[in-house]
Amino acid sequence: MKKLKLVMVGNGMAGVRTLEELLKLAPDVYDITVFGAEPYANYNRILLSPVLAGEQTIKDIMLNDVDWYAENNITLHLGKKIAKIDRVKRMVIAEDGTTAEYDRLLLATGSNPFILPVPGKELKGVISYRDIQDTNAMIEAARMHKHAVVIGGGLLGLEAANGLKLRGMEVTVVHLPAWLMERQLDPTAGKLLQKSLEDRGLKFLLDKNTKEIVGDEYGNVKAIRFADGLEVPAELVVMAVGIRPNTTLAESAGLLCNRGIVVNDTMQTYDPRIYAVGECVNHRGTAYGLVAPLFEMAKVCANHLANFGIGRYQGSVTSTKLKVTGIDLFSAGEFMGGEGTEEIVLSDPIGGVYKKLVIKDNKLVGACLYGDTVDGTWYFKLLREGKDIGEIRDTLMFGESNTGRPGDTGHEGFTLAAAMPDDAEVCGCNGVCKGTIVRSIKEKGLFTLEDVRKHTKASASCGSCTGLVEQILMATAGGDYSTATKAKPVCACTDHTHQEVRDAIKVNKLLTIVDTMQFMEWRTPNGCSTCRPALNYYLISTWPHEARDDPQSRFINERAHANIQKDGTYSVIPRMWGGETTAKDLRRIADVVDKYRIPTVKVTGGQRIDLLGVKKKDLPAVWKELDMPCGHAYAKALRTVKTCVGSEWCRFGTQDSTEMGKQLERAMWKMYAPHKVKIAVSGCPRNCAESGIKDVGVIGVDSGWEIYVGGNGGIKTEVAHFFAKVKTHEEVLEYSGAFLQLYREEGWYLERTVHYLGRVGLDHVKKKILEDAENRKALYERLLFSLDGEPDPWHEQEKAQVDARQFASLNV
Amino acid sequence: MPQQWKAVCNVADIPVLGARVVNRAAKPDVAIFRNSEDKIFALLDKCPHKGGPLSQGIVFGERVACPLHNWNIQLDSDCAVSPDEGCTQKFSVKVEDGKVFLDVKELSSLAIEVKAE
Repeated sequence: MKKLKLVMVGNGMAGVRTLEELLKLAPDVYDITVFGAEPYANYNRILLSPVLAGEQTIKDIMLNDVDWYAENNITLHLGKKIAKIDRVKRMVIAEDGTTAEYDRLLLATGSNPFILPVPGKELKGVISYRDIQDTNAMIEAARMHKHAVVIGGGLLGLEAANGLKLRGMEVTVVHLPAWLMERQLDPTAGKLLQKSLEDRGLKFLLDKNTKEIVGDEYGNVKAIRFADGLEVPAELVVMAVGIRPNTTLAESAGLLCNRGIVVNDTMQTYDPRIYAVGECVNHRGTAYGLVAPLFEMAKVCANHLANFGIGRYQGSVTSTKLKVTGIDLFSAGEFMGGEGTEEIVLSDPIGGVYKKLVIKDNKLVGACLYGDTVDGTWYFKLLREGKDIGEIRDTLMFGESNTGRPGDTGHEGFTLAAAMPDDAEVCGCNGVCKGTIVRSIKEKGLFTLEDVRKHTKASASCGSCTGLVEQILMATAGGDYSTATKAKPVCACTDHTHQEVRDAIKVNKLLTIVDTMQFMEWRTPNGCSTCRPALNYYLISTWPHEARDDPQSRFINERAHANIQKDGTYSVIPRMWGGETTAKDLRRIADVVDKYRIPTVKVTGGQRIDLLGVKKKDLPAVWKELDMPCGHAYAKALRTVKTCVGSEWCRFGTQDSTEMGKQLERAMWKMYAPHKVKIAVSGCPRNCAESGIKDVGVIGVDSGWEIYVGGNGGIKTEVAHFFAKVKTHEEVLEYSGAFLQLYREEGWYLERTVHYLGRVGLDHVKKKILEDAENRKALYERLLFSLDGEPDPWHEQEKAQVDARQFASLNV
Repeated sequence: MPQQWKAVCNVADIPVLGARVVNRAAKPDVAIFRNSEDKIFALLDKCPHKGGPLSQGIVFGERVACPLHNWNIQLDSDCAVSPDEGCTQKFSVKVEDGKVFLDVKELSSLAIEVKAE
């Protein structure tokens, strides 16, 4: 098939990221040609500041060197600026006459720094701060001269000033508004920042209007003069007063521009063959100058260039972090506050800390942190997700680790990545230390959490170190770290989210995985190990008794109905209702252990017995001879109902917790769910069954039963929330069942109840269950209907579709 | 070297998007996979990561996800998908008249674990 021609004008971060995403999706559709005006391959422009400060070299910041283009068969023209686009002949023409035809054109011309239109702006030594050439010029000037003036006290200006100071120059920063970084900071934070920088030797002239730049007889700059008459010596003047999208080429070609090349949500310009991404773009009235939104644009654009046609860019929420080592500054959202907002402020001027959180309608809408930015990523996440913070409002200012949520395990109690030495283990599951993560981010140019997971495995298993890894990313990636778009797709096979898939299955009554993948235009023929189990669960939970369960789409444990161990043997855990057993059952277990020479017999946390080391071929026989119901210890289903003895035996027991537990277990076993479900029933508030950390925890009190929901014992210990107080056993069953059924119908695959509640809010669940008795009963009915006739996979193997072939190997 | 084909099973004996284990005298065993297009592959039943039984993994496209830690292994090339690195061993397969054949010479000599005395 003949390849189409894709030409890209521009060779910066946004454009090249688009090519990378395109090559991932559709590597064979285009012959790609790139024209870059600069003589360099693709580099990380954001890290020019560390280069200026002497912390990194140009080589360190290259993202894709010329070899990358060659390896991907991309024709690269460096140092060639495109002068004209002929849209009729579909051709671009460079200043030196080189031409290239296109079927699709991608404009990624970036921005131009704004140069103050004052006399003297053309003098030698007056530069902007945009590319490698500027950076080299500044490094050279620092070697030769003494005085530097930076016009512009914003993000870039301050980074330039810092770098020049570190290189030995005397630097004065000139800024028109009354405080620094007025686009990210309020006046208080701005003043604190100024004081910190003054302590480092930088001088500031605020509220100053530049009138002209004065030169010597050789045409070199020597001073800068202000409107009020003040004159300051300068052999280097850096203009860092803002950037403007570079639309000259696009305008000359007749494309609609409005302070940026106007594009729609699919990154197309008014000419459908021409796309635009990056800083040169005006999307819904906004031009972005931070990298995270540009990468999001790149992904969407690539999706359309690859002819998948389902990506949509809807704008971004951004955060900024000042890259001046030793100064901690973070800003996101509506940090200035305003009408209808409330502010929570922590101000410690002696300690050098100022933190402001802006809240509107119980949601975090802005954050401005100075001096302590440890929780920046967390606030940014809350901001992006628009989560209701009503419940944690009182401790919000004290950070994630203090918000009544201790219990992250696996990293020696560290909650501040900055406090960790390089050899400290960040990821306990995979043994990844901080130094490895930092090195990977720098050497491989990683930008997102997903990148770090893929390349280092950190936070790729249980996820309890995710907060730490995000902190490290933010500090190291040297830019505007951001996760992917708010709507996270199920997997690489699709751009659809879990919610979209769930809704589509419901609305369109999809009953098989094949139908669902076809209907939702999956990119792959059979999905992958992430989406197939998820889809399978969504189908059987939305349409019980109608949808087709596909055993080949279940994880090994749920196919073999046993837990796979590290050596390929399995563990078998029969059911023990409420944690109670009998002599007969114990004898039978002992006999089976002897007969099959099972190596290990262990009591589990769920109050039952585990037989470990069973060979796969012996499983059917072991099940038969145990003659006990399946424990589902391996499934994303109800595991156990733990109990303590309660009023049957215990002198403190107020209720018959064992009986209640057994009733719950018998009513709800075999219930498949988005993830495992654990229940416990205690006979009194001493809570010996540990109900406080269960998905549904029931505690007997003198006047009835208290029901708690959303607890979690592992990875990150979570305390369950009080839900309801009821009187009878029947009510316990109904309320617990209704909650679990709501979770089954609305939860995303692999969300525990704690994550589900965190996402939808306890109020949502209360409304549907506590405030609506009819709905509660209906939910419980649906659960019972779902469970009606559900087979025990150990004893009804055909009905449960257990494929017998898996237990027999082929002999040769 | 000419191959010595031996029939091990029918294609129909392998679950679609699944696998069967071929029990050979030498260890580890060999896994034969069948994808949704009825293409058959044979790999050593041992993941290059930590030795997990690939035969128990979820099969999709022309890949299998190891059941232990989810490394994706390419069935046609026997190697892990980037950025994971590592390869297991592939075995020659012939499908004829709905029957699956493996090479006896390979079975008795390829990728055999020698246990220390």
